[in-house]
Amino acid sequence: MSHLQRTPLRDFHAARGGRLVDFAGWEMPVQYRSILEEHKAVRRAAGLFDVSHMGEVEVKGPQALDFLENLVTNEVARLLPGKVLYTPMCATDGGTLDDLLIYLRAPGDYLLCVNAVNIAADLDWMARQAEGFAVTVTDRSADYALLAVQGPASAAIVQTLTGAKLGLLANYTFCEGTVAGVSCIISRTGYTGEDGFELYHAPADAVGLAEALLAAGAPHGLELAGLGARDSLRLEAGFPLHGHELSPSISPVAAGLAWTVKLGKARPSLAHAALAREMAEGAARRVLFFRTGDRRIVRADTPVRGRDGAIIGRVLSGTLSPLLNEAIGSVLIEKAAVEGALTVDIRGTNIGLQPVRPPFVPLRRG
Amino acid sequence: MSNIPADLHYAKSHEWLRLAGDGTALVGITDYAQSSLGDITFVQLPKVGATLVAGATFGVVESVKAASDLYLPATGVVLAVNPALDVSPEILNRDPYGEAWMLKLKLDGGAPAQLLDAAAYARHVG
Repeated sequence: MSHLQRTPLRDFHAARGGRLVDFAGWEMPVQYRSILEEHKAVRRAAGLFDVSHMGEVEVKGPQALDFLENLVTNEVARLLPGKVLYTPMCATDGGTLDDLLIYLRAPGDYLLCVNAVNIAADLDWMARQAEGFAVTVTDRSADYALLAVQGPASAAIVQTLTGAKLGLLANYTFCEGTVAGVSCIISRTGYTGEDGFELYHAPADAVGLAEALLAAGAPHGLELAGLGARDSLRLEAGFPLHGHELSPSISPVAAGLAWTVKLGKARPSLAHAALAREMAEGAARRVLFFRTGDRRIVRADTPVRGRDGAIIGRVLSGTLSPLLNEAIGSVLIEKAAVEGALTVDIRGTNIGLQPVRPPFVPLRRG
Repeated sequence: MSNIPADLHYAKSHEWLRLAGDGTALVGITDYAQSSLGDITFVQLPKVGATLVAGATFGVVESVKAASDLYLPATGVVLAVNPALDVSPEILNRDPYGEAWMLKLKLDGGAPAQLLDAAAYARHVG
């Protein structure tokens, strides 16, 4: 897998039994011991994830706010220094190019965290949108490694390694400080539905920080967790994954994320007209989450049939919920079919999809 | 390194056959197979009484990652299927040669000549 990009923790994973796979062009651990066990460890105690493949983009300048308000659908003007905003980034037709986090470090100084698979396309899109704004957009992906500590024990674990007062750090806020002597952006965010932290730091410090977190976490039940568990945790929490529940053909409105589209903001986004129309008329297709009561996994791209047997959509994501012990997932279906019965065929067995309003399991945070 | 017991017969498709000496045999999947599949979440097995020929698809094993067909290593009649796999398919990850056996067969003949011994199977997965 020599053509793949590596995070600074690649050998750390290999030495600890990580099963390395190609993920979006990166050599990443999909699991160590067991996806299901790693998933349960995060819900029960804590998990440590290497997500250094994620991209970081710095946006600076006197018109950084104007540029970002045009670029994304959520309202960036609501951010105060130290706060984090989740937002889709949409094309003029309302399709979702990516979803990202925006950190406001100081007025006119933003850091964006984007999906690894979209880094190049995002930078290209942002560079084009930056024309006419007094703003610089810089790829900082190579300057940051990213470790996520997720789970109910994560605050207790990280607190043993930092003087930062984590009790004062609310959800979707961050501070800059040291963890195990390593300078970090300490962000109270994550992708599991549990309490947790994402620690941005210099790549040269990644192995030392990972070892310190693993040692501090062991007495609390922290385990290394791979991208397999990251995916089942986010799906159980009902979070979208770009390329599945959000895509250039799925707008945030269709995805049920209308709360991230602020049509009334002072500087409308470049997708305003398309999204305003979709909000007014209702999206032609909708993302729904489902459970089946059966252990057979309903995999992505499986056709979905409506009441009369006609194909009215397809599966976007599917896995086995380790906590519910049944198949869960998401579908994209025509609006008219939303209220009707939905079925899929798995190897000759007809299986009904029961709509669920996520999260699938009670979470400690929303 | 995967566990390959010396006393079993192996199919290249990663099923094993354990002859009982009384004309019956147990069938399961190998340690290599369970490890490649990862967390096993579902197992579909044939009905008791079914007559199946060597090489036939006798079921499906599904993991978080993928679903794979199961191929019968020898011709026979299904005398029993392991009920534990219906409730706890994850035992396949723990004990593929013991607790997680899949079928008990009444053999029609012995072990087919094309099955591999442990040394040959080790080379096959090596």
